[in-house]
Amino acid sequence: MKVDRRSFLGLGLGAVAGIAISPVGAKLTDDSSIWTQNWPWTPVPPDGKISHDQSVCTLCPGTCGISVRKIDSRPVKIEGEDTYPVNNGGACLHGIAGLQYLYDPCRVKTPLKKNNGRFEPISWQEALTLVAGRLGKIRENQGPDTLACITDTDLGSVPGLFSHFMTAFGSPNHVTMQTLESWLVQTAQTLHGSGRTLGFDLDNADFILSFGAGIIEGWGSPVACFKANSGRRQRGAKLYQIEPRLSNTAAKADRWIPIQPGTEADLAMAMCGILLQENLFDPEFAAGFRGGLNRFNAMVQQKYPVDQVAAVTGISAADIKKTAIAFAKAKMPVAVPGKGRGDGAQSLKEFAAIHTLNCLTGNINKKGGTFVKPVPGYLSFPDPVQDAVARKGAGKEKLAGSARELVTTIHQSDTPVVDTLFVYNANPCYSLNDPVKTRAAFDKIPFVVNFTSFMDETAMASDVILPISTFLERFEDVPSRAGLVRSVVGLARPVVDPVFDTRSPGDALILLAKTLGGTMADSFDWPDYKTCLKSLVPGIWKELSKNGHAVIAQGPPAGRVETNFAFLANNPPTMQPKGDANLTLVPIDNMRVATAVPASSPFAVKTVSDRVIKKKDMFVEINPKTANGLKDGGFVTVTTPAGSARVRLDFNEGIMPGVIGMVKGLGHGFDNKYVADKGVNVHELISPVIEPGSGLDAAFAVKASIAKA
Amino acid sequence: MSEIENKTEHGSMDGAKESAAKDPKNDTGLGLGVIFFILAFLICFLSGWLLFPKLLYSKHEQPFNFDHALHVQETGDCESCHFLREDGTFSGIPKTESCLDCHTDEPMGETEDEAVFAAEYVAKEREVPWYVYAKQPDCVYFSHAAHITAAGMDCVTCHGHIGESTSSRPYEENRLTGYSRDIWGKNIWGIKKNPWDRMKMNDCAKCHEEETGHKGYCFQCHK
Repeated sequence: MKVDRRSFLGLGLGAVAGIAISPVGAKLTDDSSIWTQNWPWTPVPPDGKISHDQSVCTLCPGTCGISVRKIDSRPVKIEGEDTYPVNNGGACLHGIAGLQYLYDPCRVKTPLKKNNGRFEPISWQEALTLVAGRLGKIRENQGPDTLACITDTDLGSVPGLFSHFMTAFGSPNHVTMQTLESWLVQTAQTLHGSGRTLGFDLDNADFILSFGAGIIEGWGSPVACFKANSGRRQRGAKLYQIEPRLSNTAAKADRWIPIQPGTEADLAMAMCGILLQENLFDPEFAAGFRGGLNRFNAMVQQKYPVDQVAAVTGISAADIKKTAIAFAKAKMPVAVPGKGRGDGAQSLKEFAAIHTLNCLTGNINKKGGTFVKPVPGYLSFPDPVQDAVARKGAGKEKLAGSARELVTTIHQSDTPVVDTLFVYNANPCYSLNDPVKTRAAFDKIPFVVNFTSFMDETAMASDVILPISTFLERFEDVPSRAGLVRSVVGLARPVVDPVFDTRSPGDALILLAKTLGGTMADSFDWPDYKTCLKSLVPGIWKELSKNGHAVIAQGPPAGRVETNFAFLANNPPTMQPKGDANLTLVPIDNMRVATAVPASSPFAVKTVSDRVIKKKDMFVEINPKTANGLKDGGFVTVTTPAGSARVRLDFNEGIMPGVIGMVKGLGHGFDNKYVADKGVNVHELISPVIEPGSGLDAAFAVKASIAKA
Repeated sequence: MSEIENKTEHGSMDGAKESAAKDPKNDTGLGLGVIFFILAFLICFLSGWLLFPKLLYSKHEQPFNFDHALHVQETGDCESCHFLREDGTFSGIPKTESCLDCHTDEPMGETEDEAVFAAEYVAKEREVPWYVYAKQPDCVYFSHAAHITAAGMDCVTCHGHIGESTSSRPYEENRLTGYSRDIWGKNIWGIKKNPWDRMKMNDCAKCHEEETGHKGYCFQCHK
């Protein structure tokens, strides 16, 4: 026998036949096809028990109730809460993306201390000792009023605790950012007396005269406004939108009336004049007019004649008259102030003039009208315990009435007027006009303590950062605001344990007060924030903890409302934008871009049109008639008195000639590859203009020029 | 003889010799080829049948033995531990928390396995990392409620007599796909005798066709 190639052939054939008849072929074919459908590196979330937690969203002033779907203890989705009286099941894109903030790349994960320009992690104990040490020295030097504090708002128990802290410490310098609610409170105070705010019953009004309010672009409580707008179309109520560009709200309105930016107050004054002249005001309500209605009437007839206002606003005299009469003759008319979202730089004169239209129609505190309602006073703080130093400091005059004014005062002062600054839930180094100067002012403050969840522009300018839990990780009372007619207090509840080493702001303040000891510890005699909250809202705690919210007031407020015309009768000046260039740059509020704290989520940024931002390039809306040979999509340099920026042009026939528009909320400079370093921060181009009547920034626009870049 | 003739003569003689060698009676080369064929066939066939499954699947012992028979006897039925939640989702394998309805960190019986459970999982508040024999891949949506409540099926139809087992068999995982061996079935040929022997897509489709008259649509399970 001889082994030859035929033997090998037999071996090979035998092996092939053996394998072919065995299960190997069929099984491996099946397995390999399965393998290609289940890549092992694809992450698969673990399965578990589904539950829903009720809470309240605090991402914007909308105060919507949310239902958080959880698998075991892990939150996986945010939806609108059906039973919540503000949003009735609705949710906006920022709310549904709220979970992204838990794991945001910018989250501050542990207390931080700045050392030679770099942040280094420290423990909570070290951080509290450091801050308490600084505060102790301030009090030793008899200057407790050199502690200042900026919070986003003064509503709710957390800003209340900051206020409580400041008073107990001995400083009157607690100021807030400019929000729609703060403008409404100030308007109500100017026309009707303090302690009140305004609500607009958009759900029932049959004629809404909006002076640039972005009803579907984030004004007020956004989801409630979306719903009101859908309802409006169904019940046939009219919406007239007065603003310089064809916004989404204007596009959905029954009429869009383009107006020269910044002349809204003049238009409202002229309309008041028409109502008074034509005897179209409500005589019954007029019985409550005080402070010189006749003087006001004489002034508007003289200073705001329709023909003159027509020339200023760019709206024909006939149109002004027709609109005013249609408004006055409607059954349930409402005039809505607050351009865009209604926050930031607005004008008290404009708010007051527009609200005067409401007053003249007499549709106040009636269904489908404007509610002049008390600021909900559900919180009962104990009196802070003060020692002699604190009493002396707290009795001093306030340095400023707003965050804007405080920053300007610090910037302009040669000596350090503020030794230590607390910042909570605000990003003044980004969102105040002219942030370069704001940062310069921050550099002048020796010690800045930031209570924040995110490493934003202001956090970067701080010396110590106390990391705060996000709204999904903590308790907080959330009072409704921003033009809602119902007064509702919601309870935000932790739906997940803190992801990082963070605490609720209330807990951080209580711990800080305890570290300071003495009267501060006495003023904060609560073991933790939850116990504190419970004691601050004794009347509604049961309802809050059971239902997740408590309705404090609904329906028209009772009682007579008096209206005082003194402020307007003196004809306060209309603010003019800074600069003398030929174009007017207006900031645009876009629903998809968040403008305050926190910044937009990665999800929200992804939804922004590429006619607003494309990769890193920002677009500026311009009417082709104004473009003067420049190309659509071409690069230009926008120059204003505050600065300049390289942007691209977006030709838009829906913006008035001579006006250019730029979306707010972009151009962040912090370290988040999904959100920051995209476009330009429009505030960097706008110089603040302080309105004498309010002391607040009224820079609704700025003069700008463009040149090919 | 010319050279050419000479060549032809030798050539023909060589040819005659070769044809003698090709005589089947003397063909030892072919015989060896057949033997090699048979040997290789048998080795490969047997390897494919017996050795291949051992290579394809990795074996894992469960964290500790679980006596289903004893628990069924104590609790009465499957639903005591594997129940449908109120919203219709299926609880699957109970969490340690559910076990604590009866157990504590002190063992109730005397088995070593329960001692492991009490010491390692109850006392340390950890979940038992059970291997799940019947786990379907993530691309499959399966509703227990539709089968148990709506179609009135019992557990045994799909899961077999696991409730009568007194110990946990090793879990076998396909090294290539990561699936449990129970999906393809214990039998490497893919032959099934009982409905619970195999649970591939065709098995779902076959039962659906028999019971409902239609195999079902893709999106019913692959959402």
